[in-house]
Amino acid sequence: MATTAEKILAKASEAKRVEPGEFVVANVDFVFAHDGTAPLMIDVIREFGVTTLKLAGKSALFIDHAAPSPSLQSSILHKKMREFAARYGIKLFDVGEGVCHQVVMDYYLAQPGYVVVGADSHTTIHGATGAFAVGVGSTDAAFALTTGRLWFKVPETIKVTLKGKLELGVFSKDIALALLKELGTDGASYMTIEYHDELSPKLSQSAKATISNLSAEMGAKAAIFPVEPFTPDRDAAYFSEIDLDCSCLEPLIAKPPLPSNVVPVSEVENIEVNEVFIGSCTNGRLEDLEIAARILKGKKVREGVRCVVIPASRKVYEKALENNIIDTLVKAGCVIGPPTCGPCVGAHMGLLGPEETALSTANRNFTGRMGDPSAKIFLASPATAAATALEGKIVDPRKYLRG
Amino acid sequence: MLRGKVIKLGDDVNTDLVIAGRYKFRSVSVEDMAKHIFEDIDPTLASRIKPGDIVVAGKNFGCGSSREQAPRVMVVAGIAAVVAKSFARIFFRNAINVGLPVLAVDEKFVDSTFEADLLEVDLAKSTVRNVTRNLEVNFKPFPQQLLQILEAGGLVSYVKKKGALF
Repeated sequence: MATTAEKILAKASEAKRVEPGEFVVANVDFVFAHDGTAPLMIDVIREFGVTTLKLAGKSALFIDHAAPSPSLQSSILHKKMREFAARYGIKLFDVGEGVCHQVVMDYYLAQPGYVVVGADSHTTIHGATGAFAVGVGSTDAAFALTTGRLWFKVPETIKVTLKGKLELGVFSKDIALALLKELGTDGASYMTIEYHDELSPKLSQSAKATISNLSAEMGAKAAIFPVEPFTPDRDAAYFSEIDLDCSCLEPLIAKPPLPSNVVPVSEVENIEVNEVFIGSCTNGRLEDLEIAARILKGKKVREGVRCVVIPASRKVYEKALENNIIDTLVKAGCVIGPPTCGPCVGAHMGLLGPEETALSTANRNFTGRMGDPSAKIFLASPATAAATALEGKIVDPRKYLRG
Repeated sequence: MLRGKVIKLGDDVNTDLVIAGRYKFRSVSVEDMAKHIFEDIDPTLASRIKPGDIVVAGKNFGCGSSREQAPRVMVVAGIAAVVAKSFARIFFRNAINVGLPVLAVDEKFVDSTFEADLLEVDLAKSTVRNVTRNLEVNFKPFPQQLLQILEAGGLVSYVKKKGALF
């Protein structure tokens, strides 16, 4: 009878079952915030006037959005986070540990069946682990951290079944972009997307994470790849069902200023770029850096193009070092940044100047997102990004992967 | 009853457009950030907003980043409410939590409302009235507790008033 989201929310609200549209107060299993949202959360907790935080032991803070600090203002906020964490015994992942979502995955802080509340919109990514993971703002995070609970409206569920086999040069980013094209920026608004991986071969954990991450751009509240025992009932009721045959996908790209503005890469080939960014919680994992290195190995980034590569976490960075991926990328002319959100959030490390164009592996191409409002941002897979860095213009990566 | 002039915006106004990331990490206070509200939509907009103004927008207002600074800078700038075809979910929650009324109304009402029209919002009766064009529309009433949070001016004030978190 129940979808995965309904099963998890029923367990968390100690109910036998829950129905879409119903309001429930759920127990939260893990809560986190970062330097973009934690400082406000700390203010709210102070204003609540409480001295104990019920979820302190099941929470974490991350300094990732502007790390290391690029400004005095950020430094003040970081200091405030460190003092707060020390005072309440909250685990803080400091500068250099990486983007909150990747660190949560590296340390298995989200588990199947958990209700995860993150003060970041891309918290949907932890659906790849089988959690009901929801992005919230600072006040909601403060409430969850203080009380251990949060109210939710039980969402409807869209079932998406991924079928077929990915062609050479087509990746999970392209699957997510294809879905964004179909659903638009609000096609899954207030809903959970439940993903069923029937691909051959199956998606890696990293590839699933990219899809759950980008589901936030479809408006989704959560984006779950079900894991036993939280799998949906056979007769679960869905709002809608989508079957996506991934065999016929080609490399895709989102044109500015919306992530749903998706076309085949071949349609925008030859647009010149000033910057390529490979990183972020969407595509800064080992297999993302690996494919970029495969394309860039023994070659050089086009002169005049800045190719900024930022591993999503220290663990990713370490593995990329061990596997000589970093070596390959540096020799190809890439700039390697420390694990951080980097230019994706427009804080630092590769902001765009007026009229500049970037190809990014991140998640948002909104006006002004990565710097000047007149700059243009295209979103694509790490393979498309690496190929584009080589040519200095947007290019279909498949020719670099054959043979 | 809220009464104010319309600031008309389009579809998919994301939270980066409300307050750009480049200011978020350069400012310590929401008051500082509020000077740059809507800058990437129109750099002159911030100086034209008057306390009590009401934003009227298209679909999916507040999509994107979970930054609660977005509804907070709107409150600081004096915006009394947002009336839109639909809202992105994180923004919706954040707005209620900071005491900014967010009202989803019929598309036709939004399409027939223009910049500088005079609006009246009655939260208790769940109505929005365009005085200039003599139009009225109902919105889905808020659950009682959310209405109380809004009336208190946000979750923090609500909790203080109640004296407990539950």
